[in-house]
Amino acid sequence: MQLPKLETVKLKVQESILEIVLSRPEVMNSFNDQMGKELLSALQLGKKENEIRTIIITGEGKAFCAGEDLKSLTQTQAPLGNILRNRYNPMITLMREIEKPIIAKVNGVAAGAGVSLAMASDFRIAAEHAKFIMAFIKVGLVPDSGAHWFLPKMIGMARAFEWMATGDTIDAKKALEWGIVNQVVPYEQLDETVLKWAKAFASGPTKAYGYIKRGLMKALDSNLHETLEYEAYLQELAGNTEDHKNAVNAFIEKREPTFQGN
Amino acid sequence: MSSSLVLSEIQNHVAILRLNRPQVLNALSLELMDELVTCIEMFDQDEQIRCMVITGNERAFAAGADIGDMATATPIEMYLRDQFTKWERIRKVKKPLLAAVNGYALGGGCELAMLCDLIVCGENARFGQPEIQLGIIPGAGGTQRLTRAVGKSLAMQMILTGRTISAEEALQYGLVVKVVPVECTLKETIKIAEEIAAKPPIAVQMAKEAILMAFETSLSEGLLFERKNFYLLFATEDQKEGMNAFTEKRKPQWKGK
Repeated sequence: MQLPKLETVKLKVQESILEIVLSRPEVMNSFNDQMGKELLSALQLGKKENEIRTIIITGEGKAFCAGEDLKSLTQTQAPLGNILRNRYNPMITLMREIEKPIIAKVNGVAAGAGVSLAMASDFRIAAEHAKFIMAFIKVGLVPDSGAHWFLPKMIGMARAFEWMATGDTIDAKKALEWGIVNQVVPYEQLDETVLKWAKAFASGPTKAYGYIKRGLMKALDSNLHETLEYEAYLQELAGNTEDHKNAVNAFIEKREPTFQGN
Repeated sequence: MSSSLVLSEIQNHVAILRLNRPQVLNALSLELMDELVTCIEMFDQDEQIRCMVITGNERAFAAGADIGDMATATPIEMYLRDQFTKWERIRKVKKPLLAAVNGYALGGGCELAMLCDLIVCGENARFGQPEIQLGIIPGAGGTQRLTRAVGKSLAMQMILTGRTISAEEALQYGLVVKVVPVECTLKETIKIAEEIAAKPPIAVQMAKEAILMAFETSLSEGLLFERKNFYLLFATEDQKEGMNAFTEKRKPQWKGK
């Protein structure tokens, strides 16, 4: 697989895992136009390549991602709505469309759209010292990049409003308590823990993971009746995968299944 | 029967017609339309067939007419070419035509889908009439059928700006009957086609004819038309069979007579 040469995003592929590292450490991996475009193309690669079965998103250096680079924002004349439509919205949409697990490895501060980026992932593992900052309100803005959609689903309306309206900093422990992250580990164990999860996903039934993502998205928008019907479609698709057939055989033959992702 | 631009297959009483120019997103060339009309008319005559499904591939149902066919044409050449007569022939087909739409249904593709009697689409479907961007307007019924399907405001916006709509919007506005995962679109459409094919064929055709008449006439004339078709069905053996089966609490055996 040919990895594109990118400047603000570093890519690494090993054992069917694509690791995307946001690499503007001097500005806490905050977004400018270029990083937005490069992250999008990295995600597109992850979507397209069959040999990639799991994606990790993380940040270089101390921070995970500090959201929009406010300094570069002062240099642009573009209305904020257009920046969202052109840069952030396609990225968030794509992350929900990629039918493979996406893990956010939150290695440090996640602020503003950086929190949204983590929330748009499927799975979040944070280092103990990581912090989550709903920073938008501090500069008189509203949360974006899907925060209004994801956050109340994760933590409920009351907490979502409180956090959005105060712009408070939440530590990793509280993020775990609120259900924003799946697991918190000491920083020294972060790489190894995430890799363990990633390897498990990368050697799992990829198609079924994709269908789970579709099913969850659909369910959040539907009533029970519609969800039941949609599950029937997805189960039919999953039931037609090689991975399912092989796993059933393995079960009957009392051995561990190997999933090929097809 | 199988030809290069339209692939057809028959499952039970359902004919499936697949538009087959994948390299150009199934652009509807004159040749493709020729083949399509020929197939449809043939199946309309074929007693074994009771319902037809038109589909494309996962990326596109049909992304429009073949611009290359038209770019340098004069009005007189367009007039003599008379390409829309073929579309009229599809409109006259008696048996139900279902569209299974994945991906793009744009311009002529959207019009072809709307020419069908109902549309099922995949979650990736996009419908639109972007002709305005080429300095023209829809020519195969887009202004008429889209307006009837989704209402004036949305039709105006779509046709005057070229905006395309998603599967969800299409469902919301009644352009399509169902949105399903992309992989299930054809199967779901065939399921509906098989349900229709399992009904008494003459009644199905009379019903289709009466529904389509709703777009042509006043309510009074439409009701009269419906009533005549209703009375006419009492001349069929299937009406006797249907009512006898109902009173005898058994499943009817349709003869198509």
